[in-house]
Amino acid sequence: MVGIVSYGTYIPIYRIKTEEIARIWGENGETISKGLGVKQKSIPNLDEDTATIAVEAAREAVYRAKIDPTHIDAIYVGSESHPYAVKPTATIVGEALEVGNYYFAADLEFACKAGTAGIQICYSMVKSDMIRYGVAIGADTSQGAPGDALEYSASAGGAAYIIGKKGVIAEIIKTVSFTSDTPDFWRREGKPYPKHGGRFTGQPAYFRHITSAAEKIMEELDLKPSDFNYAVFHQPNGKFPVRVAKMLGFSKEQISPGLVVPYIGNTYSGSSLIGLAATLDIAKTDELILLVSFGSGAGSDAFVLRVTDEIENFERKPGVWEKIEKGVFVDYGMYVKLRRKIKMGD
Amino acid sequence: MLPRFWRKIKYRYNLIGTKCENCNTYYYPPRNLCPKCRRKSKIVEVKFSGKGEVLSYSVIHEAPENMKDQKPYIVALIKLEEGPIITAQLVCDSSEVKKGMKVKAVFRKCGEEGSAGVIYYCTKFVPENL
Repeated sequence: MVGIVSYGTYIPIYRIKTEEIARIWGENGETISKGLGVKQKSIPNLDEDTATIAVEAAREAVYRAKIDPTHIDAIYVGSESHPYAVKPTATIVGEALEVGNYYFAADLEFACKAGTAGIQICYSMVKSDMIRYGVAIGADTSQGAPGDALEYSASAGGAAYIIGKKGVIAEIIKTVSFTSDTPDFWRREGKPYPKHGGRFTGQPAYFRHITSAAEKIMEELDLKPSDFNYAVFHQPNGKFPVRVAKMLGFSKEQISPGLVVPYIGNTYSGSSLIGLAATLDIAKTDELILLVSFGSGAGSDAFVLRVTDEIENFERKPGVWEKIEKGVFVDYGMYVKLRRKIKMGD
Repeated sequence: MLPRFWRKIKYRYNLIGTKCENCNTYYYPPRNLCPKCRRKSKIVEVKFSGKGEVLSYSVIHEAPENMKDQKPYIVALIKLEEGPIITAQLVCDSSEVKKGMKVKAVFRKCGEEGSAGVIYYCTKFVPENL
C-alpha cells in the first residue's frame, strides 16, 4: 500500500482583512469580501519565505511520522515563489531535515498545483521501490500587484506530505491529471507580479480542469460523489471550490472541513494541500477523500484517498484550524512593509 | 576557504552542538574540547530539542542597517532545556517578552547579501504556544 505516511502544515501568523485592503483602493470591502468569499489572508513575516515555510511544514511532518529522516530518499518542493530563481529550495529543506546527501531533489513550478505534482512524483517513486519515503511540499508566499484583484487573496502558507509504504494513514488509490495549454495566469521571468486573463478565465481554466480530472478519476474507479466522505478542491477564492463542488455533485458538508481560504486566503501551492490537511485532521478509518488541485497554465491533479486505521494513533495536534485561529491582524501599512512593497532609498 | 555561513549551515539550520560524555556538559556552539575536562574530554555531537526559556533579553531600538526593518526586535539569552545558554533573536512582539518565557526554535531567514546575493537561514525562537 502506497500513500500518505504523515503531513505537516505551516501558516504565518500575520493576517490582513479584505476590508483593510479595500479601504486603501477605494473599493467596498464588504462587497469584495462577499464576492470573493475571502474575509482575510495570511502574510509572511519579514524573515519568512517559501523555504522557511517549507522547512517548518516538513519538520512537523517528520516529527509526526516518527521516522528516521535519513530514510527520506526524495524531496520535491512545489512553489511559484521559490526564494531563488536558480538554486533549489529542496536542498535547504533537505539540510534542515538532516536527510543526509543521498536523496533525489528538485524544485517544481506549476502555479498552484506544484505541490500535488510533487506527491505524484513521490508516489511513483515509492511504488517502483526507488525510494523508501519521499517528501512533497507545496509552499508559497504569493504575490498580488497592489490594487489588483489578486491582492485580496494571494497569501502565504504551505503543507508537506511524506509518501511511503510503511505506516500509511491515507492510501493513494489512484491519481489522474488533466492538463492543457491554457494561458489564464502567468508571471514572466524577472517580473515581480503575476498577470491574469481576468474574470472570464474561470470556466476554461479552473472549472474545466477540475471537473475533467475529478470526473475521470471517479469514472475509472467507478465511484460517485456520494461515495466520498470529503472532497477538497483548489481554493483560489471562497466561491470557486463551492461552485465546482456543486457542479460535480458534492455537498457543502463534504467540502467544509477543508475550506480554509476564507480565513487564510489562497496559499497557492499550499492551498489544496492545507485543505487536505484540515480534512485529514478529522478523518476516520475507511473514509474516502477526493482531492483535486488546480494550477494555472493549466492542469489539475486528482487523487482518491482512503484513510486507514493508522490515522487513529497519528498525532494531528495542533490542527490546521487551530493554526488559522492564531492570526494577528495588521493594517495595510504594515502589510506593504512585510511584503517589501515599499521602495527604499539607497 | 569557504564563507563562514556556508561552513556553519549544519549548526545554524539545526541546533547541533556537542556534549562532553566525561562530565555530561552540553555546548552550543559546538566545541572540539571540553574546557572543564581538557585532555579527558569525550566530545560527541548532539542535537538539541529546541525548547528553552528566556533568561534575559534586550529590545533593540537602534538597529544595524540590515535589521532596521525589523526594529524593535528582541535578542534574548535562551537557556536550552539541555543546559547551554545561547544568544538568538526571539521573534515576537516586544511587549510580550518576559524572563522565564518558554520558547521553541524555528527556521527563519537571518540575512541576505542584498537583493541579488545569497540568503542566510538560521535558527530563531518564538513563544512556545505559537
